[in-house]
Amino acid sequence: MSEFADVAIGVWTLRWRRFRRHRTGMASLFILGVLVAFVLAAFPLQYFMGIDPDVTDLFARFDPPSAQHLLGMDEAGRDVLIRLMIGGQISLLVGVLATLVGGIIGVLVGVAAGYFGGRLDGVLMRFTDGMIALPLLPLLIVLGAIDLTKLGFSSDFAHSGAAGFWRIVVIISIVDWTAIARLVRAATLQIRERDYVRAARASGGSALYMMGTHILPNIATPIIVSFTLTVGRVILFESVLSFLGFGVVPPTPSWGNMLNNAQELVTTAPALAVYPGLLIFVTVIAVNFLGDGLQHAFDPRSERTP
Amino acid sequence: MGRFILRRSLQALLVLLVMSFVIYNLIGLMPGDPLDVMIASNPGATPEVVARLRAIYGLDQPILYRYAHWLWAAVQCDLGFSRTHSQPVLEVLAPALWVTCKLMLISFVISVILSLMLGISAALKPGGIVDGLVSLGAFAGISVPVFWLALMMILIFAVKLHWLPASGISNVGDGSFRDHFVHLIMPVATLALANTGGFTRFVRASMIETLRMDHVRTARAKGNSEGRVVLVHALRNAMIPVVTVMALSFGTLFSGALLTETMFAQPGMGKMIYDSILSNDFNLALSGLLFATLVTLASNLMADLAYGWLDPRITL
Amino acid sequence: MSELLGIDDVSVHFPAAGGRVVRAVEQVSLSIAAGETLALVGESGSGKSTLGFAVAGLQAPTSGGLRFEGVPLTASTWPAARRKIQIVFQDPFGALDPRMPISSIIAEPLLIQRIGTAESRRARAAELVAQVGLPRDALNRYPHEFSGGQRQRIAIARALSPAPRLIVADEPLSALDVSIQSQVLNLMKEVQETHALSYLFISHDLAVVNHLVDRVAVLYLGRLVEVADRAALFAAPAHHYTRALLDAVPRIGRRRARHGGTIKGEMPSPLNPPSGCVFHTRCPRAEALCGAEVPVLRALSDVQSVACHFPLGSE
Repeated sequence: MSEFADVAIGVWTLRWRRFRRHRTGMASLFILGVLVAFVLAAFPLQYFMGIDPDVTDLFARFDPPSAQHLLGMDEAGRDVLIRLMIGGQISLLVGVLATLVGGIIGVLVGVAAGYFGGRLDGVLMRFTDGMIALPLLPLLIVLGAIDLTKLGFSSDFAHSGAAGFWRIVVIISIVDWTAIARLVRAATLQIRERDYVRAARASGGSALYMMGTHILPNIATPIIVSFTLTVGRVILFESVLSFLGFGVVPPTPSWGNMLNNAQELVTTAPALAVYPGLLIFVTVIAVNFLGDGLQHAFDPRSERTP
Repeated sequence: MGRFILRRSLQALLVLLVMSFVIYNLIGLMPGDPLDVMIASNPGATPEVVARLRAIYGLDQPILYRYAHWLWAAVQCDLGFSRTHSQPVLEVLAPALWVTCKLMLISFVISVILSLMLGISAALKPGGIVDGLVSLGAFAGISVPVFWLALMMILIFAVKLHWLPASGISNVGDGSFRDHFVHLIMPVATLALANTGGFTRFVRASMIETLRMDHVRTARAKGNSEGRVVLVHALRNAMIPVVTVMALSFGTLFSGALLTETMFAQPGMGKMIYDSILSNDFNLALSGLLFATLVTLASNLMADLAYGWLDPRITL
Repeated sequence: MSELLGIDDVSVHFPAAGGRVVRAVEQVSLSIAAGETLALVGESGSGKSTLGFAVAGLQAPTSGGLRFEGVPLTASTWPAARRKIQIVFQDPFGALDPRMPISSIIAEPLLIQRIGTAESRRARAAELVAQVGLPRDALNRYPHEFSGGQRQRIAIARALSPAPRLIVADEPLSALDVSIQSQVLNLMKEVQETHALSYLFISHDLAVVNHLVDRVAVLYLGRLVEVADRAALFAAPAHHYTRALLDAVPRIGRRRARHGGTIKGEMPSPLNPPSGCVFHTRCPRAEALCGAEVPVLRALSDVQSVACHFPLGSE
């Protein structure tokens, strides 16, 4: 039943109104906007100031901030600011891509299990439960340690930066799809029994038609919220793996691997340990608050959080 | 009840079996193989010698055969030999397991107590100032990278303030309780803080929901004191979903423990797994991962049992 | 009249917990003639909706079969039959996808069956919107903007779009206000004439049935207990259960007539139906025979059949 029966304005207009009243949600949207602008600022900075993020200068190690290098230099004499920006691009991109890939896996598994039910449902859900029970980080580390040449990739590719990037997207997405799968399954089970789905089935609609036309559009809102919250979790996974040396590999920077050496340097250059972690923290908390705000906006019964 | 435990245990065993096969294969995909290390330390080895070594260690056999071989030995409690520790794997695992259990249990208890206090006080007045602060803190807790939190703790309490030791479980030569305790503070605090956020959110949400229910209203109407209403009537019901979530979070807790142990150089399971993967200690990595899985599966089973105990409507 | 739909000895069973079986529909045979309206009447749990779902192709019978226009419905003949058998549901709020504009909802059966072009389907939707008495601008609006009665009109328009021969109407009125019910009922009568439709009209309400249908089939615990022409059934019900249902209908200007006592208790569980005649546990006329032997459906006249050892009016 629709709660908007008497109001002739679009659902999305209403949602946007509700979201705007959610202070932390709005603040997060703003902060995320600023963060995206920040990481994209790497391009003009590189272009106009002529700073190369990969060039090392051993005479400039740990140089303090200056007009040319606003946040100073790191342990290899590279500009900290530009590496933060580019690292942010990588971290955010991994967050979004792995969420999309894992989310698609989760949606497919969840819809199939929920729609077809029966034995397929049983098998898929046992599998999902098994995945949920696993300690993810050790598993991710093993996956991160896999030698790509043993899987038949060329040695050149296996040691390239692109391989490091795509490897982390793939391993996080094959591990982190279970929450979405369960959610989508539960939502599908509800929608499947609606009469409009029955009516379409009586008219001869194929399973694919039903999922695409009736089920997915009607469970879009929980999926959106869940995707948002997953982005935060994925960014954390990426940072942890890169920090431990199993994720994005240097010289390609990511917020995680910039903290790689920070532990030994924490006495000499504490700032190097503070910046990347702070950016991860701010990004993830903003993403989580955004998810909370969306949840509030989409669910008319939900409690207001400050 | 007995049948339920039996069925779930068998299920868990099946998951463990499947996982052991998957991990066995994954470990085989890690760089190098056990022979590489031997060959590297013995440059004079001819190809014939290498081939004979392969045969001796069974490395020329198909992976399925090797896995069956390993499994048969594992069932008989022979998990092989740790290369880096030069000890049987079980003897390396046992002390590490103890360190991890200590770390996880203490921080788990602390986060449960903290989250109950914070979650309940927030739920008493949803939308109030306390609720706002608690929610903000809880969001911070679930959003902070654990390893960075550890790093910041080291930076503040060890490097700047010199209050606490940055690593290890005790100072060399000092086995006193106080020394052990001081070494535990930062790892435990880090792990507890990282978990409290998520728990608090669940306690708060569950508590708000329960406080709205009719039986709680009835308890109030009967003239029970507010404290009694909240702590006796509401809490038990609110705990049902919370307990499940907490017990299901053991996998996450273990992931957190891995990081905390690595950051503070605690010789636990997490650090052991991490080190063994870094140093190609295949047997140790395999057994460590399976042990971690086993512990998580067992905790999930306990979650189900606790659920049945708290909610009399559920018959197992 | 020629037979449009034949239901031959159809049973629908569902597996239940503990290896037991719910016998939702048990060996029912019925037929619907072209242009005829057959009512399927019974309490909730009688299996009437399940039988309706089987006719609409939403539920495969466990045994027995269906025949449409003389052709047995099998996996290969169902696809073609689907456009000719449509369904209208009880709850007008659940029957329309909230994310689809009305034009798409009405044209959906055509789209699924790949009938016509996008343009001709839109034209058909516009035509039907007018036929069911909705404003033309309804086409581009969404379900939540309409009232229950209007939604049921939309659902009817949707069912009409592929020009079906038979519409299964699963309690299409019971979720509507009484004042709206008669409007929708009249609409159903109207479109029946213009489209030469047959209805399988599922209802628990005999009063509604009286206004629309030609024949009535009464189900109890999944079994067909009586089937008769409307006039014959209302004038002289043969089954004690039918009598009880008729007695339950309030009629203006008449005191409730009580013949031979009311029925006692509640319907037994279809998991564990009584032996013999399934109604014997509640029947005022039950004898030892009723608990021992299943009564077969037999014709009392050309227009009335009953499954009862001791039918009313025969003694």
